[in-house]
Amino acid sequence: MLGLNTKDTRLLLIVIALTLSTPILLQPFAEGTGLAQFNAGYPDLMQRFAIFGIFAIGFNILFGLTGYLSFGHAAFLGVGSYSAVWMFKLLSMNILPGLILAVIVSGLFALLIGFVSLRRSGIYFSILTLAFAQMSFNLAYSVLTPITNGETGLQVTLNDPRILDGVNASPYTNLFGLPMSSSVKLELLGRLFTFNLGYYFCAVIAILAFYLSLRIFRSPFGLMLRAVKCNQQRMSYTGLNARPYTLAAFVISGMYAGLAGGLLAAMDPLAGAERMQWTASGEVVLMTILGGAGTLMGPVLGAGFIKYFENIFSKINDTVLHSWFAFLPDGIEDALVFVVQPFVGKGWQLTLGLVFMLVVVFLPGGLMEGGQRISAWIRRKSRKDDGRADSEHRPGTSPHIAE
Amino acid sequence: MTKSNFTRRGMLKTGALAGSGLALPTIFTAQSAAAASFTNDPTGSTVTLGFNVPQSGPYADEGADELRAYQLAVEHLNGEGDGGMLSTFSSKVLEGNGILGKKVQFVTGDTQTKSDAARASAKSMIEKDGAVMITGGSSSGVAIAVQGLCQEAGVIFMAGLTHSNDTTGKDKKANGFRHFFNAYMSAAALAPVLAARYGTDRKAYHLTADYTWGWTQEESIASATEALGWSTVNKVRTPLASTDFSSYIAPVLNSGADVLILNHYGGNMVNSLTNAVQFGLRDKMVNNKNFEIIVPLYSRLMARGAGKNVAGILGSTNWHWSLQDAGSKAFVQSFGMRWGFPPSQAAHTVYCQTLLYADAVTRAGSFNPCAVGEALEGYEFDGLGNGKTLYRADDHQCFKDVLVVKGKENPDNEFDLLEVVEVTPAAQVTYAPDHPMFAGGALGECNPGA
Repeated sequence: MLGLNTKDTRLLLIVIALTLSTPILLQPFAEGTGLAQFNAGYPDLMQRFAIFGIFAIGFNILFGLTGYLSFGHAAFLGVGSYSAVWMFKLLSMNILPGLILAVIVSGLFALLIGFVSLRRSGIYFSILTLAFAQMSFNLAYSVLTPITNGETGLQVTLNDPRILDGVNASPYTNLFGLPMSSSVKLELLGRLFTFNLGYYFCAVIAILAFYLSLRIFRSPFGLMLRAVKCNQQRMSYTGLNARPYTLAAFVISGMYAGLAGGLLAAMDPLAGAERMQWTASGEVVLMTILGGAGTLMGPVLGAGFIKYFENIFSKINDTVLHSWFAFLPDGIEDALVFVVQPFVGKGWQLTLGLVFMLVVVFLPGGLMEGGQRISAWIRRKSRKDDGRADSEHRPGTSPHIAE
Repeated sequence: MTKSNFTRRGMLKTGALAGSGLALPTIFTAQSAAAASFTNDPTGSTVTLGFNVPQSGPYADEGADELRAYQLAVEHLNGEGDGGMLSTFSSKVLEGNGILGKKVQFVTGDTQTKSDAARASAKSMIEKDGAVMITGGSSSGVAIAVQGLCQEAGVIFMAGLTHSNDTTGKDKKANGFRHFFNAYMSAAALAPVLAARYGTDRKAYHLTADYTWGWTQEESIASATEALGWSTVNKVRTPLASTDFSSYIAPVLNSGADVLILNHYGGNMVNSLTNAVQFGLRDKMVNNKNFEIIVPLYSRLMARGAGKNVAGILGSTNWHWSLQDAGSKAFVQSFGMRWGFPPSQAAHTVYCQTLLYADAVTRAGSFNPCAVGEALEGYEFDGLGNGKTLYRADDHQCFKDVLVVKGKENPDNEFDLLEVVEVTPAAQVTYAPDHPMFAGGALGECNPGA
């Protein structure tokens, strides 16, 4: 289907099913119970899952396929956000013009940075991209304040011109009049499911982005990119110029980042300079490596994992911990809270760091490798079970030769 | 290569899929019309407030102190503890049975002192935890960003530590309220004291944190001191992330300036002041006058960080624990009993904000942001440690006395670092709502959301 083989079609269908049922899957615990703390099915976080999934998918096209490690991808995210917010301010609160401009501007920006940075490879390339991103961050933070509104971040205000919008147009980001924040809430079995329009918009775009990356991975172009990663020298000896391929990959992944940035702004019309900081660039590298670089699903998993930690673990404070361990005697309760506390709440980054270390050491292929190992183990085990079921050791029927 | 073969079954499948896809958006138009008339109407026996403070980053100390004060305020509202300032507050509608009989619960989040993270955290409080009011913030950029979000989401925002003119100036919002003072007030309170101590013929050199708050403070102080007759030699912007200011201090010596004004806060101020003192600026004689350093916005936490270097340096503050009015004494006692040390000005302002919100809800008889906003607008109160205070309706800014403070020469203990030089009356720091430094914004309509 859609130019994919059966296996990839199945993968795509699984991704579609998972993305569309996210509001249900992420709400596994009943409201009012202690575990409701771990529910993640609220619109803002789901939107972030989808958006950072797109960001990581795009990053993976560059890093996973060509092996070029860009340490400045957050710059494109930021540029995308700023262009989108400017469109909201000048043209219309309809998100489409904003998104289109976000992709175009970040693509041009990536072309510029890529053209310079790709003259070098390896660590020099990484440092160059890092320098460009940090430069963009500092520009946005102070020098270009008239355009970016500096540290406060660019916001939409009531007296923006918005020339395409009528007088009575919605002051919120919308898609042809449907506000992004509108959602339908459904209470079922004590669980509250929120189906949010903004999330579904992001989800549809994420699926398209995933499909596009799937096609790129399977295309001759993708093969070329893999050749660059494999052995660039050999590639040039055979008379192929690698630069256009890497530049194309760089621009494509920059456009993905810009799209993600534009979506971020579309869901919440504010563009802050921190979006371009090196920590943000590092985050997408972490996402990709944590999930599994070079795999299709890995970066999305990694993105979800990190965003979950950032938003859910960081909210477990002392009071919550005390309520969890309240059934224990006072002394033990305090001791337990004292032990657990550095790892949750404001210490969420510590836990994330530990998990990242464990993954890199024991699962170099990321979470995807973990998944593969588990499924392989299950398969092996079930095969063993079959063997044991055959207690009389009868010889099996010999397979038909023609099969 | 691609083979396409249409079958009847395939067509039916695709048609069904496409049909349901097209039908999907229509369910969104329903828009939960049956829901409450405002966002997160608390229907159960509890009400949830969202405390959004920096728990990491340069203002983590302030954030931790704010959180302590919030916890204390919640205990007092629920009738636990000694009641703190509830007994001195001029409004007596709060009875220690929660807010409108609903027990107060809270959720916390980490702003990381970044607008993005702060908004994400506030959003999760509103969407996931059902918070009906968001409060907190240390850093004006964050406060402005979260204020904008609360306006869109339809909840009340009670600003915490934010000193920039813009919060209730060009970025003011109908759903946002600020108890803390601002840069203009600092300047207006400081100027007469500066004139009295350092004379009217001075040359000032500004080092300014390069963001919204720094700029508005630099603008306010420069215009107030220039009105005294001072001249401004130079204004230098320093990146917020700087930790070493030596390279910015050295040029001050050769500039001919005899006053250094540090528009820095938190860790920035601790480092820049320490650098300046290490360079021996304070022992210099320039233009036959003793070289002076001024830190317009002071806090005790910063003074502790800078240690001995703050001795004798002038600045302004919103509140100080050594004040002797009944409200301040009750609060210091209550906070000290609970946590073992006196509260900072950040703790004080957020405690007041929580009480003021609870009081406004009770007087309005509803959690509806519009009703609460109406109850707060133009509200006059007393007994919260700053004397008579007015929540002005035009810009949602509190007007109250401002303290001019000085670093103590010989502190008795690690908390007793500042001494109050003068209490500038509210009338002297009041400005017109359309003052040029605050112009350009509009409150807009209050938004109840949903």
